[in-house]
Amino acid sequence: MQFTKEFRNPALAKAAINELHRITTRDWVIMEICGGQTHAIMQYGIDQLLPPQIELVHGPGCPVCVTPLELIDKALAIAAQSDIIFTSYGDMLRVPGSHDDLFSIRADGGDVRTVYSPLDAVKIAQENPDKEVVFFAIGFETTAPANVMSIIQAKNLGLTNYSILVSQALVPPAMHAILGSENNRVQGFLAAGHVCSIMGYWEYPPIAEQYQIPITVTGFEPVDILNGILTTVNQLEAGNIGVTNSYPRVVNEQGNQPAQKIIETVYQVCDRQWRGIGLIPQSGWCLRNEFDAFNAEKKFNLSHIQTQESPICIAGQILQGFKKPDQCPAFGKECTPRTPLGATMVSSEGACAAYYRFARNRK
Amino acid sequence: MCLAIPGKIISINESGGIKMCKVDFSGVVQEACIETVPEAKVGDFIIVHAGFALNILSEEDANETLEIFRQLEMIDTEIRANEIRQE
Repeated sequence: MQFTKEFRNPALAKAAINELHRITTRDWVIMEICGGQTHAIMQYGIDQLLPPQIELVHGPGCPVCVTPLELIDKALAIAAQSDIIFTSYGDMLRVPGSHDDLFSIRADGGDVRTVYSPLDAVKIAQENPDKEVVFFAIGFETTAPANVMSIIQAKNLGLTNYSILVSQALVPPAMHAILGSENNRVQGFLAAGHVCSIMGYWEYPPIAEQYQIPITVTGFEPVDILNGILTTVNQLEAGNIGVTNSYPRVVNEQGNQPAQKIIETVYQVCDRQWRGIGLIPQSGWCLRNEFDAFNAEKKFNLSHIQTQESPICIAGQILQGFKKPDQCPAFGKECTPRTPLGATMVSSEGACAAYYRFARNRK
Repeated sequence: MCLAIPGKIISINESGGIKMCKVDFSGVVQEACIETVPEAKVGDFIIVHAGFALNILSEEDANETLEIFRQLEMIDTEIRANEIRQE
């Protein structure tokens, strides 16, 4: 069994696209929540193959994009200190803070390292007992088990020189925030498949019910994405509102319960700021008090942080589906992946980066 | 960030009290943590994100999804053939 190749089969994708053209009779606005799906949609040109009535808008599911500026400035302040090894997923290094990014801290002599897994950061802490090792624990539900396990392992190993700077966001509260906004245009959601692999989709039926909106758990390959769109449009056209799992090879309703248990031992739900969007109540996780010794925000004095956001960047409106990246006057001009004004132009999941990479030369 | 890749477990071991495995991603072998899927065994396909298994992949469900699309493809071919005949 090849779990990737068959789901990129052009003949199957073509059949789904033809079916979408047959069944679509009205205008529909569908949001894919996950930035990974945004990139796949742009990369495969799926948005160009859809019937003109279907508009895809891009959601806030890009952890790099929604990590608040204040936390990025805190990361920069920590990373610039001596005797610190600052570790991070690669995506985070070019995200602009108020004045700098992690790359510029590294260029100035800071020890900033990218890691593939947080367990690699723990290994660095083990090998460097005379240094403080800090890991930038960003992510949605998908990444939480990895971030949390690094704390559990550091504790098991008796490490006192390891801590994490937490920016963990939760998807369902963001869906509420988008649907509850007076400017909302979204009529159907493609739910983020890998978030659901951990959390399941039992939280979604009340959202579908409250806002009368179909929600389809969707994967990442072209056939998966078309499956999600087709399922959603079928429901919209028929007026059947509900939650459907179109990614069953990875997702089940209850999610990964051992992973959920691991998360709960270390994290608790808290309010979170989302960059460009603002505070969303109960929309994140933070470390439980008993893990204060591993909490970088408590370990380091960071009270002097004053943030300053770019006055031009419209990332917040893009993350909520109000605007598209190419509607920004700075897109591809002052703002490029090399000189980003906002985080959405940086990440491998940011909508602006997807448009820049795959669609900037489209007519 | 939430991207994840399917791979096949080729061996299982323990490292610092944590259940780990070696995963073959179509020829590239990497380590992954399987504390999140304690029932995983050698030969299983898992989907891996940031060095952690999100879940064990279900071959049966994958085939079911593909089967729906294969049927859709057959229907689509028939409909298009009809359209051409009518023209």
